[in-house]
Amino acid sequence: MGRRGTAAWAWAFLLLLGCAGAVAAQESSIPVPPAAAAPREDGQWVMPAKNYASTRYSELDEIKTDNVKGLQVAFTFSMGVNRGQESAPIVVNNTMYVVAPYPNILYALDLTQPGAPLKWRYDPKPEAAALGVACCDWVNRGPTYSNGRIFYATLDGNVVAVDAETGAEAWKTKLGNVRDGETMTMAPLLAKGKVFVGNSGGEFGVRGWIQALDEKTGAVAWKAYNTGPDKDVLIGADFKPFYESDKGQDLGVKTWPADAWQQGGGTVWGWLSFDPDLNLLYHGTGNPGPWNSEQRPGDNKWTAGVFARNPETGQARWFYQFSPHDLFDWDGINENVLLDMKWRGQDRKVLVRPERNGFLYVLDRVSGEVLSAKPFHPLTATTGVDLKTGALIHNADKTPQMNRVVRDICPTAPGAKDWSPSAFSNKTGFLYMPHMNMCMDWENVSANYIAGTPYIGAELRMKAGPGGHRGAFTAWDIAGEKIAWQIKESFPVWSGALATAGDVVFYGTMEGWFKAVHARTGELLWRFKTDSGIIGQPTTYRGPDGHQYVAIIAGVGGWAGAVVAGDLDVRDGTAAKGFVNAVRDLKDVTTKGGTLYVFRLP
Amino acid sequence: MSRRILLLLLVPVLAACQREEREYRANPIASETRETVALTALSPGGNEPVVATSGKGRDYENNAYHLSQGKRLFQWFNCSGCHAPGGGGDIGPPLIDDKWIYGASIEQIVQTIREGRPNGMPSFRGRVPDDQIWQLAAYVRSMSGNVPSDAAPTRADHMHPGPSESRRPVSPPIAGGDVPPGGQAPQ
Repeated sequence: MGRRGTAAWAWAFLLLLGCAGAVAAQESSIPVPPAAAAPREDGQWVMPAKNYASTRYSELDEIKTDNVKGLQVAFTFSMGVNRGQESAPIVVNNTMYVVAPYPNILYALDLTQPGAPLKWRYDPKPEAAALGVACCDWVNRGPTYSNGRIFYATLDGNVVAVDAETGAEAWKTKLGNVRDGETMTMAPLLAKGKVFVGNSGGEFGVRGWIQALDEKTGAVAWKAYNTGPDKDVLIGADFKPFYESDKGQDLGVKTWPADAWQQGGGTVWGWLSFDPDLNLLYHGTGNPGPWNSEQRPGDNKWTAGVFARNPETGQARWFYQFSPHDLFDWDGINENVLLDMKWRGQDRKVLVRPERNGFLYVLDRVSGEVLSAKPFHPLTATTGVDLKTGALIHNADKTPQMNRVVRDICPTAPGAKDWSPSAFSNKTGFLYMPHMNMCMDWENVSANYIAGTPYIGAELRMKAGPGGHRGAFTAWDIAGEKIAWQIKESFPVWSGALATAGDVVFYGTMEGWFKAVHARTGELLWRFKTDSGIIGQPTTYRGPDGHQYVAIIAGVGGWAGAVVAGDLDVRDGTAAKGFVNAVRDLKDVTTKGGTLYVFRLP
Repeated sequence: MSRRILLLLLVPVLAACQREEREYRANPIASETRETVALTALSPGGNEPVVATSGKGRDYENNAYHLSQGKRLFQWFNCSGCHAPGGGGDIGPPLIDDKWIYGASIEQIVQTIREGRPNGMPSFRGRVPDDQIWQLAAYVRSMSGNVPSDAAPTRADHMHPGPSESRRPVSPPIAGGDVPPGGQAPQ
């Protein structure tokens, strides 16, 4: 009795020590998302990024490392469209909402009924002409929920609000014009009563913008362009960029040849984050147009960078350009993960950004200062980032030239990592990044601007990078500024990532494997073969039965999977802007699809 | 005897003097020809669809000048941006294979460029001079090896991801190739 009592005390003491240790570790090194941007877990998944901090992390932990191998299919659902499924299933009030690629039909599934039957569908009837100006398959990156409505963008440039209960259209606002090459593929962000959306079309010489619409009516509250004069970019007295290169009047005009900013790109087709404490909205800007950099000498502001803006007025607070005078189609639209952490002994509010140019950036999200930029991909095109000036340092040997093929440029046009969003677990402090391992040959050719047709001016072909694998799934230790573990994948990893408190991380491969790996080691714990390659975003939720579910939409496509989705001819390496050269064998391992899979433990 | 040999030798020499005719001056846009084409093999009565073409197509697809002009225009008018510089396809379908959603004859291709097609192909009528549309259509035919190889363009100065048009294996259009990619038209 006495001995047992002592043992119990010892255990309690150890446990206490353990807890104290964990708390101490959290305070000292492991970053955490700001509470206001990442509220407590409610078992739902209301926006593709999970929360305003864009962690894609769920505190649900019923599915753990030791039981995940038992995952089984709970139900499936056909999306009705066999094109690239880049969307995220979202879950609100025991209803799941999924949106298909063009024609962008929105489905509501009733999770309270066996088999999750269709509750309603909404067809926005987008213009088919949009298909001719959609650069990279007919994708949509997700719906989002707010105040009883589902919001999403359609390929032909409309934003719609749909009643979440009935599927009735509340409003529809036309923002993009397909005749000018504008489409919309991004998932809107809802905050402060506004819908924040941007355009796609950086390969068509459109002028990039972000707009805020009134959540209730769809009326435009503000519109900010990412090229052109300061008044269009909404740069005013509040604008305080950290680096000298971003200071000056009308840089959106002066850093371009005459009038080139009017076709200069800088679109907003990726991810937005929002910090309620700082009242700042963060959004990236896409590549400058055309891809042929010799036709646009200058820094090409404000493309290939990240803006912090006031969500009420759209006024810019700061800007940082990841790839000034972009040479390789390196859009700056990737996810912005908002975290608070100790940095060199100081508390900093940071924005973590795995960037297309191959560097993992840690920025101070108050000021726009670059704290760290470490490579996570083999590089030949660049050698580093100058932290004093913020400038990306290029390797002159790999600068594209007119009518000359420059070989072995790493990373490629889709970058070290494209739009496929990463996830962050504050249990491990790791950022889980789906990305690529590829190099390319590139030749600049003359680009003619004809509105509504491609404005590219480059011929390229991609290939596997060092090691021969074309993709990787990497856990990045943010505080340690290094790779924690890495899984090599044969094909580019084009799906999103999902991290959970059960220390299980999910992602999908282009062959069609949906995988669960150990958050701390990367050990493969479970996998399931879906009917088509996976490029979607996994999400998780607590079902009406109280159990944890994991959802993913399979269906290969996007830029990486265009060879299958568009039935391209693998004999031409320049097909799909050179991507086909690297993934010729994708047609041998998967076919088109469009199926939602939802898993649970038995 | 020797004179007869000489005469015999002269025949091929003189025949070689026959140069292909080139019409350098473009026809004005107003001269758009009437090409009555069908987009299906079905026609009531069990017959082939009624079609009537101007015959202009032959002049273009057998002519090296028009084909090489078409190749330049393919890039200049950004056809290459959608169908890929090598024709393997991107936003638009491949042009080097044996599948033709809207028909493989030069007249059908001309009509496709003039009229556009509903799922993304723009209508270029009035934007591109009609004779250049013919040049483009002829070049498009050459991309799948469906023009005489001695008239087709040879190796380009650019990145060449595959054999030149003059060395392409011939991919004659197949009857089953006129469906949208994968047989899945949008809903």
